Amino acid sequence: MAAPPPLALLNARLIDPSAERELAGGVLVVEGAIRAFGPEVTAASIPEGARAIDCRGDVVAPGLIDMRAFVGEPGLEHRETLASAGRAAAAGGVTTLVAMADGAPPVDDPATVDFLVRRARDCAAVRALPTATLTKGALGRELSEIGLLQAAGAVAFGDPRRSVADALVMRGALAYARGFDALVTAICAEPGLAGAGAMNEGEFSARLGLPGVPGAAETIMLDRDLRLVDLTGARYHAALVSTTASIRALNRARDAGLRVSCGVSINNLALNELDVGDYRTFLRLEPPLRDEEERRDLVAALAAGDVDVVVSDHDPRDVEAKRLPFAEAEPGAVGLETLLAAALRLVSSGDVPLPRLLRAMTTRPAELLGLPQGRLARGAPADLVRFDPHAPFVVDPAKLHSRCRNTPFDGARMEGVVRLTLVAGEVRYG
Amino acid sequence: MSAPAFPHKHLLGIEGLSRLDIEGLLDRAEAAVEISRQVEKKRATLRGRTQINLFFEASTRTQASFELAGKRLGADVMNMSVASSSVKKGETLIDTAATLNAMRPDVIVVRHHQAGAVHLLSHKVDCSVINAGDGAHEHPTQALLDALTIRRNKGGFEGLVVAICGDILHSRVARSNIFLLAAMGARVRACGPATLMPPGLDRWGVEVAGDMREALDGADIVMMLRLQRERMSGAFVPSAREYFRHWGLDADKLALAKRDALVMHPGPMNRGVEIDGAVADGAQSLIREQVEMGVAVRMAVLEALAERLPNG
Repeated sequence: MAAPPPLALLNARLIDPSAERELAGGVLVVEGAIRAFGPEVTAASIPEGARAIDCRGDVVAPGLIDMRAFVGEPGLEHRETLASAGRAAAAGGVTTLVAMADGAPPVDDPATVDFLVRRARDCAAVRALPTATLTKGALGRELSEIGLLQAAGAVAFGDPRRSVADALVMRGALAYARGFDALVTAICAEPGLAGAGAMNEGEFSARLGLPGVPGAAETIMLDRDLRLVDLTGARYHAALVSTTASIRALNRARDAGLRVSCGVSINNLALNELDVGDYRTFLRLEPPLRDEEERRDLVAALAAGDVDVVVSDHDPRDVEAKRLPFAEAEPGAVGLETLLAAALRLVSSGDVPLPRLLRAMTTRPAELLGLPQGRLARGAPADLVRFDPHAPFVVDPAKLHSRCRNTPFDGARMEGVVRLTLVAGEVRYG
Repeated sequence: MSAPAFPHKHLLGIEGLSRLDIEGLLDRAEAAVEISRQVEKKRATLRGRTQINLFFEASTRTQASFELAGKRLGADVMNMSVASSSVKKGETLIDTAATLNAMRPDVIVVRHHQAGAVHLLSHKVDCSVINAGDGAHEHPTQALLDALTIRRNKGGFEGLVVAICGDILHSRVARSNIFLLAAMGARVRACGPATLMPPGLDRWGVEVAGDMREALDGADIVMMLRLQRERMSGAFVPSAREYFRHWGLDADKLALAKRDALVMHPGPMNRGVEIDGAVADGAQSLIREQVEMGVAVRMAVLEALAERLPNG
């Protein structure tokens, strides 16, 4: 196959999240990698035969790396496939998605990881990286074959929806994973306290008569895990935290030298418990949407750099799973396509600078996963997104690329339209 | 009956009703009480109308009360309970709603064990929907019948001290009553073990009392709530006898309230758990009257909604 001609994105507002700086100029892509970027890349400077795109002042940044997405494979293709998730990702400016080890069966076998690697290569418009469960069947009893799974291509290890309830098993998993320098991702929800809950515990849940989940359900499990990380020295990533008490616990652990990080769902940054409104099941999420004060504090933590990554927590659910009374409906919301625009709300509200925001969706996840993309750097893969951060649109579920339409932003007015998505220099959207 | 028009299509909860809406319903109910006390109890207000009572949760008095209310107004009433319905065969709530809707009822009365289920159903049918209790959310006709009982005995609500005692966390009766009494200007006190008090209750305009002594001191109305059997042990309450000792209403505790204080209970009662049998049957008890008012209030609600129905 002949190499495609060089591609130049010109007249852009470049964001380099690794240095948290922005500069005017262009990006020159040669053979799938970034050859040059900055003010020196102009129409006059690019090589002959290069395809030039005038970005008209739009933002050009590394493509987003979404560390938490459910892709429906294997076995749950009625919800999503790698192909449909890939289209949704590309339309949302996500160039790398990390697929949760969910499925029927859960991803706990090297052959399944191998299957996903091949399916992603053949079907997905963006890079899709598999993870594997931390315990067999995600049941929390026996360790997964972390070494074999890692060799097959799993980039991280975590039971996708539940905490490993047994502290002995979790300790073993962390200690064992450390031997492979594997990243362990964890859901933090104490099963007894979180068990029957359907939304944030508080005045509003009490008014609606819905069982609540207190923030302590999260912090208790996180505190336990952090002590086990202290015992074992593992690399630990709290996949979804929703309270500032959790952020404080993680900060203390980091100050003590532990290798810990955390992710926050865009839903917890952009929405609060009142959005549940009249029992809207698309807003039934785990962890639940918290109150507005907690949301604002989480946004402040992101601005302060205490939140490592922002994720879509893309979790497609079919109609039958959502057309139920609130507490019986399955939790989860799609998010790959709205991640960027929802996150840009935090920029236009003045709470988070754009480079800092993008860092949490590009450079920082790349660092945690050991990936070469997610930065503007000479030689880095040309995974890039061009977007107009001020272009308005209304979220229309019918136009989403995902197989499911359970968006919490149904009908929401947003700003930030993706114009172009490149993966390894090839146009995948736009 | 010439009450002001009721401005809502459904009755899903007390929250969202204005004081005027509530007063209008209570005025209609007064007239229904008179009808129910006559030999000829039948009216033609709902003649030709179809009312379906759809109960996903067992109920004796509420279902019977809605059935009688509908029949006294001339409606054709059909009772459907979950034991004999296809929900047990895996049909979803929404499918059931769509199926019943196709039979063209005019009113569906729904009870469901999940909060919000009646809201959900109301979006999927064309007829009026009455919430007969949804999970721990609301039970609006219970609050209305309690209000009617109070108004008939105390003349009004302004300044009345109403103590609501027991399992407030899981009680839809408590929620509806708190919303209604607050809207009508009564002072509500809540009391129960900390495990059964919902978070943020103080922000509902309710005074949260530390114990029964504090709650009952000077109260005009003492409203006791049912303690579900499955909550009498485990993480909520250690035992029925301990519960009765601290939160059960007996003559000694009742003596702390005003001399003319009145006792209410939504039923069914656990005698010796939340209420002493002698108090339940005593001179200060309004429990029987509540049941009578239940039929009247449901007639009032059916009539108010029927006026808004097409061709109504």
